[in-house]
Amino acid sequence: MSTDSSRSRRWFLGLGAAWSAAVVACRSRVAGPDPSLLGAAVSPYGSRSRFEKAVRHVNQNTKVPLQEASSRTPLHDTYGIITPSSLHFERHHGGVPEIDPATHTLTIHGLVERPLVFTMADLKALPSVSRIHFLECSGNSGGEWRGGSGETDVQRIHGLTSCSEWTGVPVSTLLRECGAHADAAWVLAEGADACKLDRSIPMAKMLDDAMVVYGQNGEPLRPEQGYPLRLLLPGFEGNANVKWLRRLKVMNQPAMSREETSKYTDLMPDGTARQFTFDLEAKSIITRPSAGDTLRGAGQYQVTGIAWTGRGSVARVEVTTDGGATWIEAELQTPVLRRAHTRFHWPWTWDGREALLASRCTDDTGYTQPPLNDLIKIRGTNSQYHNNGIQTWKVAANGTITNGNRA
Amino acid sequence: MAIGRRRLASIAFAGIVAFGAVQLRAQSPSFGVGRAPKPEELQAIDIDIAPDGRGLPPGGSTAAAGKDVYTRRCETCHGPTGKEGPQDVLAGGQGSLATSRPQKTIGSYWPYATTLWDYIRRAMPFDHPGTLTTGEIYGATAYLLFLNGIVGERDVVDETTLPRVAMPNRNGFVPDPRPDIGRPAPAKSEPAQRKPK
Repeated sequence: MSTDSSRSRRWFLGLGAAWSAAVVACRSRVAGPDPSLLGAAVSPYGSRSRFEKAVRHVNQNTKVPLQEASSRTPLHDTYGIITPSSLHFERHHGGVPEIDPATHTLTIHGLVERPLVFTMADLKALPSVSRIHFLECSGNSGGEWRGGSGETDVQRIHGLTSCSEWTGVPVSTLLRECGAHADAAWVLAEGADACKLDRSIPMAKMLDDAMVVYGQNGEPLRPEQGYPLRLLLPGFEGNANVKWLRRLKVMNQPAMSREETSKYTDLMPDGTARQFTFDLEAKSIITRPSAGDTLRGAGQYQVTGIAWTGRGSVARVEVTTDGGATWIEAELQTPVLRRAHTRFHWPWTWDGREALLASRCTDDTGYTQPPLNDLIKIRGTNSQYHNNGIQTWKVAANGTITNGNRA
Repeated sequence: MAIGRRRLASIAFAGIVAFGAVQLRAQSPSFGVGRAPKPEELQAIDIDIAPDGRGLPPGGSTAAAGKDVYTRRCETCHGPTGKEGPQDVLAGGQGSLATSRPQKTIGSYWPYATTLWDYIRRAMPFDHPGTLTTGEIYGATAYLLFLNGIVGERDVVDETTLPRVAMPNRNGFVPDPRPDIGRPAPAKSEPAQRKPK
């Protein structure tokens, strides 16, 4: 089967095409359900229409066990800023554990006055907050470091980012409850999964906007997102947002775990590696039209995509159709939230000639998303993580769109 | 009042800072939820090993003795000499980090030997983590350090010697210098004449 079945390519909004469709609709009999038949009954848990096929992309062509793999959000076929929980990207290091929330606990210890064990009921008794934040794997878009991968679409290239409403308790509340030593600089977070994944988090982040979350988009967390409890560090690389959270240990020094030394570090051309590179920098991607789409001829199109920054809020998104020679400001769709995906739109009149379509994001710190080649000049091609370079889509005169990073 | 506005503000700021520190350290619990962990509960999950060796249990082994556990429990995924895969390459690669084809292995990349012990106990073997004995973990650690030319075949690796093992890339890591690009914002946009109404 072609992978096209998992993805709608006929999204085009060319006015000519819409007009043709309207003409066809008038001529033929009215489509729709048979009015003489009853529809389906109410149901206890809803699911989407059987006509909708978008799914997470799982790369099966890998030597890595699928318990240690990733699945990618179909960015092309999601709308607005919230990623459906079923389509949130995954990255696991020891599979998805099945945890009974009745027995799960979070222990906080180390440099604290009062080590404490919290049950899920304890945590839900504390004042909660709900916030919309993106999560992005720092390895997202990593294939593009070598001057453009052969990846075929926006999901496969950039699908390790998603955005949800998260509900839980500020970590600062828990640290106060335990009497954490204010001069302790780090907090180790550890999961209850098979590999007991652990990362050291700066205390400043824990006291700023870190949360332990049990809710995602109005429901309990999905198992693959850490059910029943995960750490959420808005704007920090995904791996640090430890899932299936069982322990926080307040410390003076980082633990130097395997994940924060041998894995999630960024190798530079001189052989040194950057460590504790937590922030995800400003980034944007045009999701429609994008590689794999075919434009139905010259005419009017809506260009849309998402932008985000781990350092604050999106201030501006600009779009180019000439590979960056000129930039035009796109419209930001409200709400524009701190450390959340932000939707942008731009109306494009395509003249039917070859185009290099791209977006760039500027955040409220004044930072502007750089061209990929400028990043490579500084970081080389082996840093693996934190690629926030501009993604270019190449539109051919016949309307086909491919990965333009490969110029 | 004799205190100027600026002075007042700085007093207030100092007060907030001091109050914040005191509050975290000494304030009694606000909500009274949670309970104290039992010592055995804490012992079961307090498994992280610090770079100075804190947390390492008594025990030890050598590469010669550890070859057996490596062969039985590690080789299928990591190859006879740690270089063959199919999963992570664990040995070799020293001197490759600044080349166009860097190999990040225990010997070429990992800054602390204690991390190796921690990770084997924490997560290995991949499909049966937590099934190695303390002696086997010391043995596998010693053998992997030996495969990387970092310890001798008969060197005893134990809770005292392991933190003192000098890893070749110990000083290879630097703090995050970003933003290293992207600021200040480049040339201004064209007017948004094609913006929708």
